[in-house]
Amino acid sequence: MSEITQPVSTSPGPWWQPLRIRERWRLAEIVFWLGLVAVYFVFPKQLLFGSQILITGLFALSLDLILGYAGIVTLGHAAFFGLGAYTAGLLAKYGVHDPLIGLVLAAGAAGLLGYLSSFLVLRGGDLARLMITLGIALLLSEIANQATVLTGGVDGLQGITMGPLLGLFDFDFLGKVAYLYVLGVSFVLFVLVRALMISPYGLSLRSIRENPRRAVAIGVPIRARLTNIYTFAATIAGVAGALLAQTTQFVALDVLSFQRSADLLIILIIGGTATLYGGFVGAALFLIAQDRLAHLSPEYWLFWLGILLIVTTLFLDAGVMGGLLRIDTLIRRRFAGWR
Amino acid sequence: MPRDRASSKVPAVLSFLGVLFDGLAYGALLFLISVGLSVTLGLMGFINLSHGVFAMLGGYLLVTLMDRGGWSFAACLPLAFVATALLSLVLERTLYRPLYRSTHLKQVLLTVGIIFVAVACATYFWGPGQQRVTLPQALRGRLSAGGVDLSWYRLFLIACGALITLALIFGLERTRFGARIRASVDAHRTAEAMGIHVDRVFQITFAIGSGLAGLGGALGVNVLGLDPYFALKYLAYFLLVVVVGGPGSIMGTLLAAVLLGVADTTGKYYVPEIGPFVIYLAMIVLLLAFPHGLLGRKKAL
Repeated sequence: MSEITQPVSTSPGPWWQPLRIRERWRLAEIVFWLGLVAVYFVFPKQLLFGSQILITGLFALSLDLILGYAGIVTLGHAAFFGLGAYTAGLLAKYGVHDPLIGLVLAAGAAGLLGYLSSFLVLRGGDLARLMITLGIALLLSEIANQATVLTGGVDGLQGITMGPLLGLFDFDFLGKVAYLYVLGVSFVLFVLVRALMISPYGLSLRSIRENPRRAVAIGVPIRARLTNIYTFAATIAGVAGALLAQTTQFVALDVLSFQRSADLLIILIIGGTATLYGGFVGAALFLIAQDRLAHLSPEYWLFWLGILLIVTTLFLDAGVMGGLLRIDTLIRRRFAGWR
Repeated sequence: MPRDRASSKVPAVLSFLGVLFDGLAYGALLFLISVGLSVTLGLMGFINLSHGVFAMLGGYLLVTLMDRGGWSFAACLPLAFVATALLSLVLERTLYRPLYRSTHLKQVLLTVGIIFVAVACATYFWGPGQQRVTLPQALRGRLSAGGVDLSWYRLFLIACGALITLALIFGLERTRFGARIRASVDAHRTAEAMGIHVDRVFQITFAIGSGLAGLGGALGVNVLGLDPYFALKYLAYFLLVVVVGGPGSIMGTLLAAVLLGVADTTGKYYVPEIGPFVIYLAMIVLLLAFPHGLLGRKKAL
């Protein structure tokens, strides 16, 4: 084992040394999160948009867990996002106004759906997975569309009133509390995900993606791993959906749409898979570009999005984060040579 | 699906027959559009979500040529086939080919990208609205037989479906080229080792399949509807037909298309509130029950 992981670190040490080194927070990571805190002070008028980006980034992070790390292809990840959004929205509309309780319950609902559907999704090959994930999302979307009494159908779920956060801070029109709330939740979940992906558990997921047969041979319980990462990813997607419902106090039918699942794939691919930060970077680039371009005309935006997607898949492999990491490695190697 | 059979005076059995008939016509269209996807998926394992784009293109070509060019319906159909097949050859060379041996994820991303571009282009050139065609006189109207009245156009669709099925089966089972396709589907590498140019076989199959999709799209303008989001709207249907039928199997695709067509039409006619719901549920259940398709060979995808 130690011989396999040795290339990560050149210093001799116990077998867990490389894991320790991977675990350390890098300077760029600290700057990233401090930068997000700084946004609160620098762009006080853009905070609602900032929350949107963070929520989408969190949603993309959840997709990264199953797509980037575990290699499960899905076209229906919006199912969990939408379920979380509707759960949180309905709870807030019918009596449970505390955001954190709503968040936990929405996460639970999405996680439960993730757990149950994991048995359907993980059975087949890639094509069957695409179809089943797509089918589940379309099914939920159709239910939400038809159950107008509960969900408001095409008009969206209105009349959501949120109570103060922690019983102290009321949500305001500028989205100050909302931004800090979303940032806090995102950070907590990110730390959890980061720790999980750096742990041997995360490495075992990668081994499943890279070579399932060998993973079995070294004793990785594939089914169990995939089931629980799928459930976990669904839970986080549910949290992201709930955050959207709570901070915008509105749930539109498009939280469950195919477009949302497809956009999310694009965001993650632009940002870079299996990099932890790819989702956030991709979300920022995607939403800012959409904000600038889409008001010209939605079709114009769709055209360039399609072109971007085609070019990315044909010519660029690892997304923005992949490119940054490559530059980082180059610089490090150069410096190592000087020493 | 049209609800023009809603008159309550028709006895239930006869109205059911009428719905069944509509479902068959719908199934014939689904078959025409999906069969190419089925063969290419079976042949190369390439997940092409953008197959519906070719059908959409066929539909728009027909509408444009008839409306603006003054062409006749009969002349437009072969042209829709040929033009779509030619375009698909170009796309195959430039976009699809580099990703044959790539991951399924990349194939999905590329083809979703192609759908987006197609949606944007269709909106730019033809506008966001629904398109319709004026059918030739001979195909309009209804045929009344034994109390059931059947539209001529739907009869025509079923006839087209049957004819093309026969032609495909003949081509696949009785010609040398068909034998090459079967060999390539069954054992890609062995076929190559035996001197079959699998790449070339695939290219031609792809073009024929896309051409058929174009033809299906052209035939289906008044039945399936035609707007820029066509390829996305029917994406699940085409994939469903292929996966349920079993990739690479023509009879399987036909069976799945007819089943789906009839189920969808009856669902929308009798229980319009939960119509789409039934289809998606059926899709999940069928996939779980038949992971290799109804008539598919056991080949993991």
